[in-house]
Amino acid sequence: MKNLTLPISEEDIRGLKVGDPALLSGVMLTGRDAVHKWLVDTFIEQKRTPQGDDLEVIETLKPLMAGGVIYHCGPVVSGLDTGDYSFVAAGPTTSIREEPYQAQVIKAFGLRGVIGKGGMGPATLAACQEQGAVYFHAIGGAATLIAKTVKKVLGVYKLDFGVPEAIWVLEVVDFPAVVTMDSHGGSLHDEVERRSETALAALLLKM
Amino acid sequence: MKDHTPDFLELIRLAATSLPPDVERALRAAVEREEPGSSGRAALEAILQNVEMARAGSTPICQDTGTPIFTVHHPAGWSTRALREQIRRAVAEATHRSYLRPNAVDSLSGRNTGDNLGDEHYPTIHFEESEDDALVVDLMLKGGGCENVGAQYRLPDSRLKAGRDLEGVRRAALDAVHQAQGKGCAPGILGIAIGGDRGTSYIASKETLLRQLDDENPDPALAELEDRITEQANMLGVGPMGFGGATTVLGAKVKATHRLPASYFVSISYMCWAYRRRQMTIQAGEAAYS
Repeated sequence: MKNLTLPISEEDIRGLKVGDPALLSGVMLTGRDAVHKWLVDTFIEQKRTPQGDDLEVIETLKPLMAGGVIYHCGPVVSGLDTGDYSFVAAGPTTSIREEPYQAQVIKAFGLRGVIGKGGMGPATLAACQEQGAVYFHAIGGAATLIAKTVKKVLGVYKLDFGVPEAIWVLEVVDFPAVVTMDSHGGSLHDEVERRSETALAALLLKM
Repeated sequence: MKDHTPDFLELIRLAATSLPPDVERALRAAVEREEPGSSGRAALEAILQNVEMARAGSTPICQDTGTPIFTVHHPAGWSTRALREQIRRAVAEATHRSYLRPNAVDSLSGRNTGDNLGDEHYPTIHFEESEDDALVVDLMLKGGGCENVGAQYRLPDSRLKAGRDLEGVRRAALDAVHQAQGKGCAPGILGIAIGGDRGTSYIASKETLLRQLDDENPDPALAELEDRITEQANMLGVGPMGFGGATTVLGAKVKATHRLPASYFVSISYMCWAYRRRQMTIQAGEAAYS
């Protein structure tokens, strides 16, 4: 078991290999479909001019992203009426939807990792190698279990994206995950898919 | 007519927070099939621990509490308009109590309604009048991750060498499981419909998911096909969460419906391991849940 504290150094990330179980502690932020599109359109490709509190929010988030991780998660949150937020259920969402954006986001903001489920594609894997980042796989659906590792909600940005799509800043202790894509080009998802493809071909030969 | 909003609320709470016994049994059996020390086994162990914690604390098993799909069988004379209103009130209250995540997003503006009340399709409510004197309501919560890996095939399919027969259905089903990999939160359950048009075929594929995991299809040919698809899907080795392993699916349920001569659809709804479905029966004003 690897115990990792956020922000994570490049050296620690390069020491991780596919299959390593890890426990993450420190400050992380959530971000999924709307956030990735917003980051790329507004700050990376700049095809949309910043609006409202965009510039203020990105300046607040930059130090958290440098050496940090983005968690692909749309949580169930209590305390929405009072602002005294607490995470009730917070498992990972399917990461592959961020494949068109993830490599750019990792490189532009200096992420050391993303957390999600289901794995990601070749562009993200290449960015992990280049930047020194990994893909942490959390257990899909284990939402109550994971929410217990969220000790405090430190803040929320872009709540107008909706509760699941907002950027939640979290303090976590011993958040459980497994490295399934490392910074050396290894991907458990590629291996499993190749084996499954061979098995499928054999099953389709049978009648 | 009595106001059944509190009963609907309890049905939602139960569905979101307490995994049905047949599904939990299948997950417990699956743990034993995975290699000790493997990531797949660790994933199943975490899943079961989470199931217990969610039930104990009345918190959602999965944060994606999905599309709420209600199937209401009502005796003659019940107002479906009143029932719809009660269901919608219960859904909004369940969201307020954090049993459900606000999931209804306007497709044009991107705005989340915040209370899970969208247009007439959200939440989804099917009404059917029955001869029974009880009101029977099935609720399924269908998450988005697994819904995204559902697939519809139009046979014949030359890529898969799948013709218009049960062998073709087998080929389509195995391809769908391979394409899904771990993205639908394996181990999954397959709801498969043969026939219909594109719309009714998908609806029928979800109806089959209301069956118990350990029941037996009354049609011997379909029963055999279900066993075969389950066994062979597990030979793909995708495993829990797509980490590799012996358990890729917990079961398959197949239903055949009538079709046009020109069409032969095979529709596959993939249900994640967080197979949330519960039933409520109201008889003489009293609600019972299973």
